[in-house]
Amino acid sequence: MEGIQLENQLTYFKNVLQIINCILVSRMIKEIRIGGFGGQGVILSGLIIGKAATLFDKKNSVQTQSYGPEARGGASKTEVLISDEEITYPKVENPDILVVMSHEALLKYHKDLKKEGILIVDPDLVHIEVISEFINENKIEVYEANVTKIATEEIGLKIVANIVMVGVITKITKLISIDSVKKSIIDSVPKGTEEKNLSAFEYGYNYNIS
Amino acid sequence: MTKELFIQGNEACARGAIEAGCRFFGGYPITPSTEIAEYLSIALPKVSGSFIQMEDEISAIGSVIGASWSGIKSMTATSGPGFSLMQENIGFAVMSETPLVIVNVQRGSPSTGQPTMAGQGDMMQARWGSHGDYETIAISPSSVQEFFDFTILGFNLAEKYRVPVLILADEVIGHMREKVRLQDNVETLKRIKPKEDLKDFLPFKNVENGTNPMPSFGDGYNIHVTGLTHNELGYPSTISPKDHSTLVKRLVNKILKNREDIISTDFKYCDDADIVLIGYGSPVRSIIEAVKIGRKNGVKIGYLKINTPWPFPENEVAKIAKSADDLMVVEMNLGQMVHEVERIAKNNANVHLFSEIGGTLPKPTDILNKVKELL
Amino acid sequence: MAEKNKQDFITDEEKNPYIKYFRKDRLPTIFCSGCGIGITINSFLKGLESADIDFNNLSLVSGIGCSSRVPGYLNCDSLHTTHGRAISFATGLKIGNPDLNVVVFTGDGDASAIGGNHLIHAARRNINLTVICINNNIYGMTGGQVSPTSPEGSLATTAPYGSIDTPFNLIDLVTAAGASFVGRWTTAHPLQLSKSIKNGLLNNGFSFIEVVSQCPTYYGRKNKLKTPVSMIKMFKENSINKRRADTLSEEELLGKIVVGEFVNKKREELSKKIDDLSYIKSGRNTIRKSAYIL
Repeated sequence: MEGIQLENQLTYFKNVLQIINCILVSRMIKEIRIGGFGGQGVILSGLIIGKAATLFDKKNSVQTQSYGPEARGGASKTEVLISDEEITYPKVENPDILVVMSHEALLKYHKDLKKEGILIVDPDLVHIEVISEFINENKIEVYEANVTKIATEEIGLKIVANIVMVGVITKITKLISIDSVKKSIIDSVPKGTEEKNLSAFEYGYNYNIS
Repeated sequence: MTKELFIQGNEACARGAIEAGCRFFGGYPITPSTEIAEYLSIALPKVSGSFIQMEDEISAIGSVIGASWSGIKSMTATSGPGFSLMQENIGFAVMSETPLVIVNVQRGSPSTGQPTMAGQGDMMQARWGSHGDYETIAISPSSVQEFFDFTILGFNLAEKYRVPVLILADEVIGHMREKVRLQDNVETLKRIKPKEDLKDFLPFKNVENGTNPMPSFGDGYNIHVTGLTHNELGYPSTISPKDHSTLVKRLVNKILKNREDIISTDFKYCDDADIVLIGYGSPVRSIIEAVKIGRKNGVKIGYLKINTPWPFPENEVAKIAKSADDLMVVEMNLGQMVHEVERIAKNNANVHLFSEIGGTLPKPTDILNKVKELL
Repeated sequence: MAEKNKQDFITDEEKNPYIKYFRKDRLPTIFCSGCGIGITINSFLKGLESADIDFNNLSLVSGIGCSSRVPGYLNCDSLHTTHGRAISFATGLKIGNPDLNVVVFTGDGDASAIGGNHLIHAARRNINLTVICINNNIYGMTGGQVSPTSPEGSLATTAPYGSIDTPFNLIDLVTAAGASFVGRWTTAHPLQLSKSIKNGLLNNGFSFIEVVSQCPTYYGRKNKLKTPVSMIKMFKENSINKRRADTLSEEELLGKIVVGEFVNKKREELSKKIDDLSYIKSGRNTIRKSAYIL
């Protein structure tokens, strides 16, 4: 009797392990989460990436977002999944890539990052040192890009910081092609602002990332 | 010609409405459905349609009913609190056989609840939220593409059966962006004018299939449309037991007798499944993911995706209950459609509930863990 | 052959010249004898004829209450909707097809209690509807309850000690909300009433005509005005024309019914604006009856 029980338990654990393994293997999906505060255009950046992946790179992508009741200043988050296969479950639990544009978002989301995941931050908006232990333990690849400063100083428009960040994301992750992102930006930003946004993207893409 | 877009569910819904022939929208802003109104306020004037923001949801659906009788395919969109306010006039639309589409992008509830989060707490309200005996058609999309397709389907069913059709979406689908293929030449069902002479026409005739052709105001038929119990002429007849039962039974049967035409489900891996997951709307995304992972791990698991929660797909559930030992309903409420499944399946299968409230989609791994516990 | 009464030789049309507009198969009506709705219907039909409005292009919309039963007796397209909501249905009907002449029959409870919000918003929008509000100061259909226009002190089944509530002045209400035609008469003024209905119908905008009307069955019986005649007499004695009322103080006007035309001004109309927007954006007016072609 005991032998059977033990065997059952073993089979159960084996199954659980298999499931976990399968989730890792079967989800050949890259998951990006971008967090910041309302008004930064976080959601637009997710939309641009998702659109670039689907309409222009011909991959599959789903973009979701969550936000609180505040129109400006509250926490804002977007998640983008990119895959060659069909995407069913649209939510990101453990992102491969976390992009944060506010300290609050850094504190809130960093723990969800996958081991050896990528963390991209605007160092002027966060105190990265507070999570240095987590970064070391999980071998997180950290990239710092002063996107808000670039937007303000180079373009003269603070609000395009999100597009500078899209440039940085494109360069680092290589999940989407540069041409597709450019097409997606033209297709997504308000008419008449295409040039400024493309220039913001170029600054981000060509940024000498540390 | 098909066009591919990467858009939100709410925009896909609004675009679907335009393709389906909707030329009137009366609404009231409410999160998370507002993008539908916003999109249509831009799009409708461009296709010679009308948009009006009304003073509340009661008048929103009132205006939609009025516009429908003027001969225009009409729609409103809302979420839980507004859906509650609309209930009385939904009953009027049922009783007066007014074709229209009501989109409910469900959020966390009850009451004001969670405006920016998803829920499926309005499923039973959709069934019998207005007072009295009636049958309803409700459609639940689980992708942005389906939100487009099902809105068109909704308009076609509304015209075919002269009923208000409910699109029961939720915040996840409403706000999610995905690739959508938009067909230019979608198949639409045009409204049919009566063939009879003005004098011989009975607007509410007790016809075999239940649905009469529909003239519009100004056509010269001089019809009387009332929410009171009425005879075949449309005249109030409020104390005749026969007139009442004839009318209400016809209204109910025009849905029930056409179940096969209305009901839509999808299923996969059900033939050999020990357990079948059942769902509708956005949780279907979690269900399919769970089934994918489960199957890869040798779990005999399948799913039934309900596209039309109302009328409830009784035959489809009964069939699956006969082959599978366990059924598990996955829904974002504390258990609503599970009672329908139980009603149909309880003699043939064990019925379980996976319930997720709080505003986020059920996690596929959580669903699988519960499956493991059951098997 | 039995001898016929003289009355049998009088045709329906001789009894009432407007009988041709009725759904004769629905007569007699449910209205009590002596009810003011009969006078109102006749005044309406007279106004309609003098405004030269095509009866076949007329759509009547109503809510719930005695007054809201009017459309059911007239042989044109009619929509008898839910309590208080008639104006919102009418708004959709008018926008859906601006070529229709849309008239709303409503009462004091229907228009100003449960439907008050729709009333003021329709006035604000100046949508081309003609709203005829038959105000009998009481809920007749449900058996005599107090209404938002019941005078202070008047008796009702739900105001057994006399109403302690402050009544609405519907004219002030819709005027403030922006109605472009506003009139009030009583059933003691059928000719003036039909003229104001004509003017309201011809006004391209939101027209509101209040008809102070008798409900001998409930209001009269409860308030020592038992016969229709005594009620109409009371209306006659207490009515005072707007022009004269303008010269009187608030105290002097206490208990008086101010009658006349209060507003008659031109203002942009909503369904036209929607039509124009369609023209600008699509090159044509809003598409009529598109459900049959799309």
